[in-house]
Amino acid sequence: MSLLKVQELKKHYALKGLLNSKAMVKALDGVSFEVKKKQTLAIVGESGCGKSTLAKTLMGLEEETSGQVFFEGVDSKALKGKSLYQTIQMIFQDPYNSLNPRKTAWKIIAEPLLINQKVSQKEAYERACQLMEKVGLRPEMANRYPHMFSGGQRQRLGIARALILNPKILICDEPISALDVSIQAQVLNLLVELQDQLDLTYLFISHDLNVVKHIADTVLVMYLGKVVEYGRREQIFENPQHPYTRALLEASPNIFEPEKEHNPLAGEPPSPLNPPQGCAFHERCPQATERCKSESPDLQERSSRMVSCFNLGS
Amino acid sequence: MQSNIEENKSDYEHPLRDFWVGFSANKGALIGLAFILFFVFLAVFAPLLSPHSPSELQENALRLPPSFYEGGNASFFFGTDDVGRDLLSRLIYGARISMGVGFLVVFLSASVGTLLGLMAGYFGGKVDWLIMRFVDILMAFPSILLAIVVVSVMGPGLFNAIVAVAIVACPSFIRIVRASAMEERKKQYVMASKTFGASSFRIMFSEILPNCMAPLIVQISLGFSDGILNVAALGFLGLGAQAPTPEWGIMLADARAFISSDPWLVTLPGLCILFVVLGFNLLGDGLRDTLDPRLKK
Repeated sequence: MSLLKVQELKKHYALKGLLNSKAMVKALDGVSFEVKKKQTLAIVGESGCGKSTLAKTLMGLEEETSGQVFFEGVDSKALKGKSLYQTIQMIFQDPYNSLNPRKTAWKIIAEPLLINQKVSQKEAYERACQLMEKVGLRPEMANRYPHMFSGGQRQRLGIARALILNPKILICDEPISALDVSIQAQVLNLLVELQDQLDLTYLFISHDLNVVKHIADTVLVMYLGKVVEYGRREQIFENPQHPYTRALLEASPNIFEPEKEHNPLAGEPPSPLNPPQGCAFHERCPQATERCKSESPDLQERSSRMVSCFNLGS
Repeated sequence: MQSNIEENKSDYEHPLRDFWVGFSANKGALIGLAFILFFVFLAVFAPLLSPHSPSELQENALRLPPSFYEGGNASFFFGTDDVGRDLLSRLIYGARISMGVGFLVVFLSASVGTLLGLMAGYFGGKVDWLIMRFVDILMAFPSILLAIVVVSVMGPGLFNAIVAVAIVACPSFIRIVRASAMEERKKQYVMASKTFGASSFRIMFSEILPNCMAPLIVQISLGFSDGILNVAALGFLGLGAQAPTPEWGIMLADARAFISSDPWLVTLPGLCILFVVLGFNLLGDGLRDTLDPRLKK
């Protein structure tokens, strides 16, 4: 049984406009995937494709419009509250913004514990120190304020905070994109180590394909709230099928082929307020046909992964 | 530098000790604190410190100059006022009233204003709209006029004047807290605390409020002086403290007529107000520098 199973998750925001009061932003439009224990699912896509909305919806910060989320076969609606917080936790992108500047390190880490479990201040302090050690911070720094830590250390604090409730799943919302490149590798390695030690399952949201290649077991490529390709990492990276996935991979810098030629995608992702008819990608797709303009493709299994495209040959 | 590193090695440092280390390095704040402690001392021990009763009339010693001037009397150190009451005793008892007034005004207006401001800033939407329209209405009146309205409804008297001035002082607290709360609400640490189930109450008071303290503390110190001055103004208009009460504002008002002939009658209560207000402002600045870890060295 998969640890996390998401079925046809939709999140639509109603906009109160002056003219078109029924405008809907389809931030998530039927997203389905599963993750097995100790696996890492990378969620990839341009900004505005619904990655962060997916994270917020899974965390229960946003109410889903429709669809279901199962944690170990249990509907997330039955899990609301404490057991949800103890199942899934989150690491944030910006380590400068996601820690309360007025709290000391150990208070920040221990806060989820103090809210959700009956523990004394002293126990919480000790637990926080243990976790600091686990994420590679000296426990002597427990009484420092966030501004006394470097970016990488702050991100470690954020990781420690997310781990203190012993969650099974960790959502990493671009956890390293705000860090220096040299620090990125350290934090990434820490995440990999912690996964081994604590049997964690990661949902790794990123737009850095080199990082994804390093850490992911499965990859989910999103475009405008929809899944365009979903499969094992090797499959996606070595043999991308969807034209969007191919364009993403080509656009990603590669030191082994610095001079490689590629045709960058023209234009910007269309506004989710007014998505194009048919396949959401057809306006930028080099292979678009008449059919793509009128019909929207469904996810289909092809070359041992799921793709939503009409023009894949046989 | 060495001592810094040593300090960080200690396992658990009490936050108050940490606070005092930063605060005592600020000379202005210490001077302010000294002024305030001095006046608090006067207020607490007024019956022991004052040589005469503040309402005792000396019929043969009207408007005596201070004792160190020609014609002064040693038993009336700062002289006497126009009906022959010892000025020093009245100033000492005045500290009682002014400190009490300042404290009550700030306590009432800051607690109500902080609560409403946090709610407006955190919840936004309709709650914000309702609270801010209330604030707009209050701000549309000149403050002293509004205080007069409130006092006329409730009847004159020192306590009613305090309540009236506190109501008038609320909007500035609401606005300051709301502005900071709106700023803080957007930050990711607020969202982070929602991901592990912090309640709205906890987010407002434990996460957002400590980050709004710097402007709030400055406003509190200003609130003291505003409160003292506004209550004195109401007293002058006959709506606040009533005549024999040794209140610095009333003493100033009563002595206005003698500003050229007996200037000490106006100068001394004025200086008292000046030092109290200055003390609170210096203290407020020092507190802000110390309490905001981003301003720490």
